[in-house]
Amino acid sequence: MNSTISIFPVSLNHFLILSAILLVLGIFVMLTRKNAIAVLMGIELILNAANINFVAFTRYGAINLGGQVTAIFVIVIAACEAAVALAIVLNLYKRFQSVNIAQVHELHD
Amino acid sequence: MDPLVLLSLVTLGLPLLAFVLVIFNQRALSDRAHLIATPAIAFSLVLSLYVAWMKLKGAPQGVIEWSFDWIKLGSVPGFGPLAITNGVLLDNVTAIMMVVVTAISFLVHIFSSEYMKNDTRYSRYFAYLGLFTFSMLGIVLVDNFFGLLIFWELVGFSSYVLIAHWYERPAPQYAAKKAFVTNRIGDACMWIGILLLFGTFHTFNFREIFGFINQGLPLSFSFLGFSPETTLTIAGILIFAGAIGKSAQFPLHVWLPDAMEGPTPVSALIHAATMVAAGVYLTARIFPMLTGDAMLVVACVGAFTSVLAATIAITQTDIKRVLAYSTISQLGLMIMSIGAGAVAAGIFHLVTHAAFKACLFLGSGSVIHAMHRALHATHDHETDAQDMRNMGGLLKKMPITGWTFLIATFAITGLPLMAGFMSKDEILAGATAYGTLQGGIAQALPYVGFGVTMLTAFYMWRQVFLVFFGVPRKPELIERIRESPRVMTVPLVVLAVLSLWIWYGRNPIDADHGWFLYKWIKTPAQIIPPQTAPQGPGYRIPGIAASSTILNNPNASPTFGYTIAGGPMKGSELPSDIFALPTSPMPHQIALERERGNDASFAMSISLGVAFLGFLLAGLFYILRPGLAGSLGRMPILGVVLFRPLYWFSKKGWFIDQIYDYAIVGTFLLTARIAIWADENILDGIVNASARVTVFAARTVGWFDKYIVDGIVTLVGATVQFLGLLVRSVQTGRIQTYLAWTVAGVVVLFVIVRYVILASTP
Repeated sequence: MNSTISIFPVSLNHFLILSAILLVLGIFVMLTRKNAIAVLMGIELILNAANINFVAFTRYGAINLGGQVTAIFVIVIAACEAAVALAIVLNLYKRFQSVNIAQVHELHD
Repeated sequence: MDPLVLLSLVTLGLPLLAFVLVIFNQRALSDRAHLIATPAIAFSLVLSLYVAWMKLKGAPQGVIEWSFDWIKLGSVPGFGPLAITNGVLLDNVTAIMMVVVTAISFLVHIFSSEYMKNDTRYSRYFAYLGLFTFSMLGIVLVDNFFGLLIFWELVGFSSYVLIAHWYERPAPQYAAKKAFVTNRIGDACMWIGILLLFGTFHTFNFREIFGFINQGLPLSFSFLGFSPETTLTIAGILIFAGAIGKSAQFPLHVWLPDAMEGPTPVSALIHAATMVAAGVYLTARIFPMLTGDAMLVVACVGAFTSVLAATIAITQTDIKRVLAYSTISQLGLMIMSIGAGAVAAGIFHLVTHAAFKACLFLGSGSVIHAMHRALHATHDHETDAQDMRNMGGLLKKMPITGWTFLIATFAITGLPLMAGFMSKDEILAGATAYGTLQGGIAQALPYVGFGVTMLTAFYMWRQVFLVFFGVPRKPELIERIRESPRVMTVPLVVLAVLSLWIWYGRNPIDADHGWFLYKWIKTPAQIIPPQTAPQGPGYRIPGIAASSTILNNPNASPTFGYTIAGGPMKGSELPSDIFALPTSPMPHQIALERERGNDASFAMSISLGVAFLGFLLAGLFYILRPGLAGSLGRMPILGVVLFRPLYWFSKKGWFIDQIYDYAIVGTFLLTARIAIWADENILDGIVNASARVTVFAARTVGWFDKYIVDGIVTLVGATVQFLGLLVRSVQTGRIQTYLAWTVAGVVVLFVIVRYVILASTP
């Protein structure tokens, strides 16, 4: 792992920019998709943007392996979250015959 | 309690019982009310006869008194424990008055049961007759001023109700109101007088008050700063003012002629036994405390009333109004007699007058009854049944009514063998003696007495001639006139018989030694301070006056051995003797008595002469030359200047009613109008102004409430609503909106943290 020999020197900022792009994409997907599953995908993108940050900080920062451990935790929790969220989506579908969250606004009124 | 007292109380209670029984069962009794009322009063009459007999035979010299603590006032500041007592005072005057009242009332009851037949309020009429009798019995029985005033007012009330018996018509309403209001004036004065005495002596009891006065007047006995002696005069006159009202003396006589609107038997009761007799009785009862000045006032009021009424009576055409003015005149004589110191004569005349005046009134009632029936039979609704000008020649058609009326006329005009002759002569002798001794204005009293005697003879014979003699003025009526039924004529006969002399003494021309005056009724001894006794010139002749040794000597004068109630008090007959009064008259009374003895035969002959003169004049005007009165009025100069004005002056009753209407009623109305003006303009103005201020203030407060207070509340509400709307719009229920807000929040937080918090820290 010698960074000095790389043709294109990859610095922390590149990771952070990538992470930011992923985060913005994730948020964009999360806010604009009507499909609940697509929204879940957007959430996954956000989580992974965070993971990139954690890992990048481990490589360039002074937090040792804490960032990678946290990233693994995030992946585990994201898996759990996906399981729960998909279950909710299934129930949603059972109830509304649709996964379009634009039609699901019972919180209102 | 003495059994006689108990019997008197029963006598008093029976008419009240009849009243209560009848008044609460009017509808059930309807035309049978007399079946309760008449037996009650008959029993009352029997009892009072028994009481009078026992009193006059058994204890003719004593006073029986029974009293009880009626109102316990407790401890009165400045005086100590005080109780108002009430009770019965039974002396000879009371005993005789009880008989008079119940007897006249009984006869009136009997008469009324026919006279009032088919009346719509027959039972109510009998109920109030009972109340009337009860009240009058109360007046004569009660032993104190307070109780007397209560019965006094009850008499006023019963007369009001009975005068207004036919209250559908306006005239009886007006007459009843007039009687009541006129009496009220006298009663107010009387109450002031009574309170004057009570304020000083702390008792209402007659005997106790007289006893205190006799012990000497305290300096505290003072009215408006007058001396005690003057105050005694004022108190006497004020109490006498009550009698002025009830006995229809000038200036309060105006109610009596109008009271003729009541049923005729009621008039008989009022005039003979109940109402007007109360005033004379009261004056006699307070005589011991009348000072010389008060006596003069009483005598002059009586004399003036007597002349006034007699001059009015000679021109009246209503059969009852003649008798009404006659009553006023005769009452004036009685009052004059009491004022002149001849109390016994006044009481005597009251009793004899009761019999013949009741006879005259019931007789006139009988005539009116017959006239009504005749008018009814001829379907004549225009002719006045009471106008003497529609009568004439009734003696043949109504012999019993006519002859009893004649006998009563003999009595009132003072023909020998009649009771009226004896009593009237006593009065005239007393007035003559008083005039001689008192001098001054009192010298006119005997002339007044003789003048009234002549006028009495004139108007009474005028009435008899107009009604019972001469040619019938309505020939179509005279055929229909029938004598009244026996229920009505029997009382007339009884009363006519009672008008004879024999009931009062054996000798018809010597009343002094008849049992009535010699044994039963005596002039009470006065108890006034000696310096207030009459001070006329006659009393100063040596040998007559100032024989003060007689004072306090019970056996000094054989004809004057009595006290306030007709006999020397015996200690055993009195509840207590601490108020024992002197048992002999004052020197001026002895002088009066001696003078009266001298004048008696003189007065008798003169009165006979003038009475005959009156009879002749009446005969001349109404039998021999019926057109004479008219031709006098048509005389060229004298007729216009003298006779016609005099006629109208008399006919209209000296215009006293009109004067009162203008002077008193007019003043009242003017005052009332001023008060109305003040009320409408000043008081209402103030009220309206304050109302406007209130409305203005209310509007201001209302505006403030509406726009400021409500405004704040509304503003708070609107703000909350606005905020709610604002916040509500965020809650869309779309999960992605929330997420967008969250992102925006994070961005904002980031900006704050990055550029505000972190930027400020080094």
